[in-house]
Amino acid sequence: MAKIIVVTSGKGGVGKTTTSAAIGTGLAQKGHKTIIIDFDVGLRNLDLIMGCERRVVYDFVNVVKGEASLKQAMIKDKRTDGLFILPASQTRDKDALTQEGVEEVLKGLAEDGFEYIVCDSPAGIEKGAQLALYFADEAVVVTNPEVASVRDSDRILGILQSKSQRAEQGDEPVGEHLLLTRYDPLRVKNGEMLSVEDVNDILAIPLLGVIPESQAVLKASNQGIPVILDKETEAGQAYSDAVDRLLGETREHRFLELPQRGFFRRLLGVPA
Amino acid sequence: MSILDFFRAKDSENSASVARERLQIIVAHERGRNQQPDYIAKMQEEILEVIKKYIDIDQDQVTVQLDDTDDCSVLELNVVLPDEKAVETG
Repeated sequence: MAKIIVVTSGKGGVGKTTTSAAIGTGLAQKGHKTIIIDFDVGLRNLDLIMGCERRVVYDFVNVVKGEASLKQAMIKDKRTDGLFILPASQTRDKDALTQEGVEEVLKGLAEDGFEYIVCDSPAGIEKGAQLALYFADEAVVVTNPEVASVRDSDRILGILQSKSQRAEQGDEPVGEHLLLTRYDPLRVKNGEMLSVEDVNDILAIPLLGVIPESQAVLKASNQGIPVILDKETEAGQAYSDAVDRLLGETREHRFLELPQRGFFRRLLGVPA
Repeated sequence: MSILDFFRAKDSENSASVARERLQIIVAHERGRNQQPDYIAKMQEEILEVIKKYIDIDQDQVTVQLDDTDDCSVLELNVVLPDEKAVETG
């Protein structure tokens, strides 16, 4: 049985696609056959983040409309074995996706032997975002330590709890996981940024991981390489930890504190 | 706390705690509202239309609240009526 994971947030620009790419890649690296689906019809970007934008021939909407088979539309990732990408369409027709159509595609993928289906949600709470989360078993709620993002995350949690298939059918609720991204321990220490405890207090869902603010994320997206593959960086390592936790392993949270600094740096308040 | 921190302006101090307090309030408020059924907002509008036929009031002077307890639901309708004089002269 395939497990469906939605990566969602409500607010745009918090790192949903970066996270979808990282988590999908991480799951495949762990030996699980995984596909990442871009639900952002009209504004596809997962292909760019995964570095496969020039290999897109058919897309999600083509499959839903029966214009192409799943096999034709799926792109096999060149870096990671067992990883596939299903790109979104660039059509301007917002109603191109239907609930029945999405359900068919998900069924087809499960029959194809996929263990994990990662749904990269568009921003907002409109139809596209609702479709992305409707069939989910687990939800990764990507949140920045910032007021607008936290409020929108709470809103999307409300929708998960009332508008998902699991909610409508009265099944076990969608598993909720908080992923705090763009975290800056220095600003938290100086009282300029909400801490992981603050956000956790307000949203009150289990913490999947904290991804520190890192130049590696932009560098990775520039190159079209999921940041989780950059094992040297804190962001890459933090994503690896998050994937391990998603798979049920215990990993201590890292990068929440400032790195130790020398006496003079500390005296002058120079960031490490 | 470094020596430089000590001389920095105090007004930027701990904006995070302001953010936390504002969020706690708004999130609690919105959770209460979002847990109501979808028809409440529509019903509030229609009730307002009916009241407007008789009394001159604003949108924010009517609140509709559905409270669910274990074995009963209470629909609370709160209308703030303008004072007599205002009605007569207005």
